[in-house]
Amino acid sequence: MRTIKAEDIRDLVEKLALEAAFSLGDREITALKRALTVEISPQGKQVLQTLIDNNEAAEAKHLPLCQDCGSALVWIERGDEVAIEDGSLADAVNEGIRRAYAKGYLRKSILRGALDRVNTGDNTPAFIRCECVPGDRLHIMVAAKGGGSENTSALTMLTPADGREGIVNFVVDTVEHAGGKPCPPLILGIGIGGNFEGVALLAKKALFRPLGDPNPIPRLAELEHEILDLVNDLGIGPMGLGGNVTALAVHVEEAPCHIASLPVAVNIECHSHRHREAEL
Amino acid sequence: MNSIQLDTPLNKKAVALLKAGDGVLISGEIYTARDAAHERLMRLDEAGTQWPFDATGAVIYYAGPAPAPPGFPIGSVGPNTSYRMDPYLKAVLSKGVLATIGKGDRSEEVRDLCVEYGAVYLVAVGGAGALLAERVISSEIIAFPELGPEAISRLTVRDFPAIVAYDIHGGNVFDEVVRYTR
Repeated sequence: MRTIKAEDIRDLVEKLALEAAFSLGDREITALKRALTVEISPQGKQVLQTLIDNNEAAEAKHLPLCQDCGSALVWIERGDEVAIEDGSLADAVNEGIRRAYAKGYLRKSILRGALDRVNTGDNTPAFIRCECVPGDRLHIMVAAKGGGSENTSALTMLTPADGREGIVNFVVDTVEHAGGKPCPPLILGIGIGGNFEGVALLAKKALFRPLGDPNPIPRLAELEHEILDLVNDLGIGPMGLGGNVTALAVHVEEAPCHIASLPVAVNIECHSHRHREAEL
Repeated sequence: MNSIQLDTPLNKKAVALLKAGDGVLISGEIYTARDAAHERLMRLDEAGTQWPFDATGAVIYYAGPAPAPPGFPIGSVGPNTSYRMDPYLKAVLSKGVLATIGKGDRSEEVRDLCVEYGAVYLVAVGGAGALLAERVISSEIIAFPELGPEAISRLTVRDFPAIVAYDIHGGNVFDEVVRYTR
């Protein structure tokens, strides 16, 4: 076993959450700049330029990129040979998030219950997902996920007869229905397969793939490409004001599933794609 | 793009001149209110209690700002998705509010309400909260502080940029989408 101190996890989560809040990654900036050269609508171009300027303003003034500093999503791949010392993994993660959101003057957007609707005041609990993987490392991914884009995400249980065409139609319909609400240009995380809860996790994890990297399996990369073209043909454009850049990237992940099933989930992410990752 | 200067409180005549797609720069006082604040305002109405601000000609900004860091009047302050506030809009416009600011398309009913009440729906660039914060001169919580980021704040803004999404004549900027559909 390899031992990792809970406080090291706490400190790393804090650092990653703070970095994500104040500046986009290189991939995201490159994608926005590329979109600016591709977009044909004047209004769309102006929005894209505003987003690039916003990143600069956020970095320069140390203000969060977006007032919706998100729910804190912490995705952990935990090696089987990792033991946590002096505390629990969940407590360490939540304390890291608590500190980041306090120190960074980030908005606290988490309620203690969905019906109860009382703000917890510190943006905890984080949404923690932990996967068991071989090895002795702890891979921590932190994302700030906005509520507006999350609200337009969707899941469906198709039947095998719906096939590939059914998947494509569901994704395109979901994006069309969302329109300008989730802050396009979007990043689409698409899960295909697994079961009811698994497909949503698959779609979420697809968002963590480095922006624009295709799926290594050629038939899935082809599907990503096809969906991206169809979505951009919708004409929704930046902020839904019309244009030919509705999405920056489509990430598809596939998983094993039951012979009766064809689960599909679309996790919609806004242009403010804030995530960081590191390993302990 | 030339932008039209708008000073708050708004008057009906100035609002009537606005057309979907126009750029506007708002100066004066505006009020933040999002989901939970709207629910509270409706409760005030039910109880027959006055609102915490004068709604006549007012501008409501669907926003929940990030906290102000030391030395700043406010943190990041971009728009919320507006359709969530559609169920409250009739009550809000009937109080005299003449503009709401948010992001994204809304219901057909909202388009009709804008015509009926002579009010506009404006959109600001979502996810540009750090830039928009530069247009806020001061900020003060005036109601429901217990709601945290959902409290109602009075913002004093200068040249706050927005686009007219729905005008009072039935015009809708989101109709532009069809021009780029292939």
